Amino acid sequence: MKIGVLALQGAFIEHINHLKKLHCETVEVRKVEDLNNIDGIIIPGGESTTMSKLLKETGIMESIREKINQGLPVWGTCAGMIILAKENENHPIDGLKVMDIKVRRNAYGSQIDSFEEMVDIKEISQNPLSLVFIRAPYIYEHDSKVQILYKKDGKAVAAKQGNMFATAFHPELTDNLEFHRYFLSMC
Amino acid sequence: MIMANSNLNKNLAQMLKGGVIMDVTNAEQAIIAEKAGACAVMALERVPADIRKQGGVARMSDPKMIKEIQEAVSIPVMAKVRIGHLVEAQILEAIGVDFIDESEVLTPADEEYHLDKKAYNVPFVCGARNLGEALRRIGEGASMIRTKGEAGTGNVVEAVRHMRCMMDQMRMVKNAPREELMTIAKDLNAPFDLIEYVWENGKLPVVNFAAGGVATPADAALMMQLGSEGVFVGSGIFKSGDPEKRAQAIVKAVTYYNDPKMLAEISEDLGEPMSGLEIDTLENKYAERGW
Repeated sequence: MKIGVLALQGAFIEHINHLKKLHCETVEVRKVEDLNNIDGIIIPGGESTTMSKLLKETGIMESIREKINQGLPVWGTCAGMIILAKENENHPIDGLKVMDIKVRRNAYGSQIDSFEEMVDIKEISQNPLSLVFIRAPYIYEHDSKVQILYKKDGKAVAAKQGNMFATAFHPELTDNLEFHRYFLSMC
Repeated sequence: MIMANSNLNKNLAQMLKGGVIMDVTNAEQAIIAEKAGACAVMALERVPADIRKQGGVARMSDPKMIKEIQEAVSIPVMAKVRIGHLVEAQILEAIGVDFIDESEVLTPADEEYHLDKKAYNVPFVCGARNLGEALRRIGEGASMIRTKGEAGTGNVVEAVRHMRCMMDQMRMVKNAPREELMTIAKDLNAPFDLIEYVWENGKLPVVNFAAGGVATPADAALMMQLGSEGVFVGSGIFKSGDPEKRAQAIVKAVTYYNDPKMLAEISEDLGEPMSGLEIDTLENKYAERGW
């Protein structure tokens, strides 16, 4: 199996390292051609404004959108979740607009308000999982087609819709591989 | 369960990787930087080139201006404090900046002691010329390191020297047998536990950016090829002929740093770069500040 990781900006190496630990072939996606022959794609954490701009200018935006609509499995973490959402608010950016969720950017405040917590998400793992939130967004509205996997204080922060998976937090910054294993099971 | 803030702060720096952080002196410049694709902006009262030209004491920016920038953009907002200035750092933490740069570009407030960065919840970035200095700053609590370079000159030679020096010293530590580590720690004036970390992991425990003298897309790509994880650009953008175009070009150069054909395209027709200064004739070398 070969998984693409969007490598325009952000913490893409962390995703690649996790995938390699699961014996998965990876490719850093910087050009439209890099999308050929991949079985899934991860849109990593970073700055969604920066990624949005580079996605548009390189033409990767349309190519990824087309592939996702044709069923390519995709996982967005944090900035990646903002890119996937149909709508985003609080300084909105142009994204793929493929997933039926509406997200609020920087929903918890500035860096000083970033946090980490241990939770149970049965869909992902039988063991407690560490969730790292960094200037994180949350989902404030979603379609009934969207399956919510976890809510924090009543706000959805992990969701799945068909071939699309989104988390407001960063599993790639922990040692745990469960989320990556879960995504590979979708591919 | 809430974990130590220092981990979260290191993690924020991870999100900046592969990006460009731009110096801005007002909300209009911050908006230009965000539109160009900057992954963060650095608020300061004057860009380094102007600090050099005008002289005088360079301090923390006006909190009002920083708040205007925070309202104007959605990317992280950083701001600079003078080395060792406890209270400037407290003020910036109180207004919720995302990152503080304890910066040698400003006039140092303390010539003996840097800030105890572990006393704050907000993350800090600090400058370094070599591995020992980087590890001392990390020992004090820095969540991110940048080369000092020679800010405001438009000359990349010092940033190259500092990045090469750090990389060489890390390779030296990584390849040493374990029994040599204490002597290496003593020679580099570095905390022993952090030398052990470099020996085990072959890299710094925090993100390492390039700064000081980057003026062109080629400079930015050069720093990435030398092992930098991202780039700070100060005077290089807003002291050039066409700031918007140059800012966009430098953002792209950091993404495509290993792609000479793309870099050629990116480097075309950018207008005048900042004029630049000969480092040997400078009155003040900012890189020599800090210890």
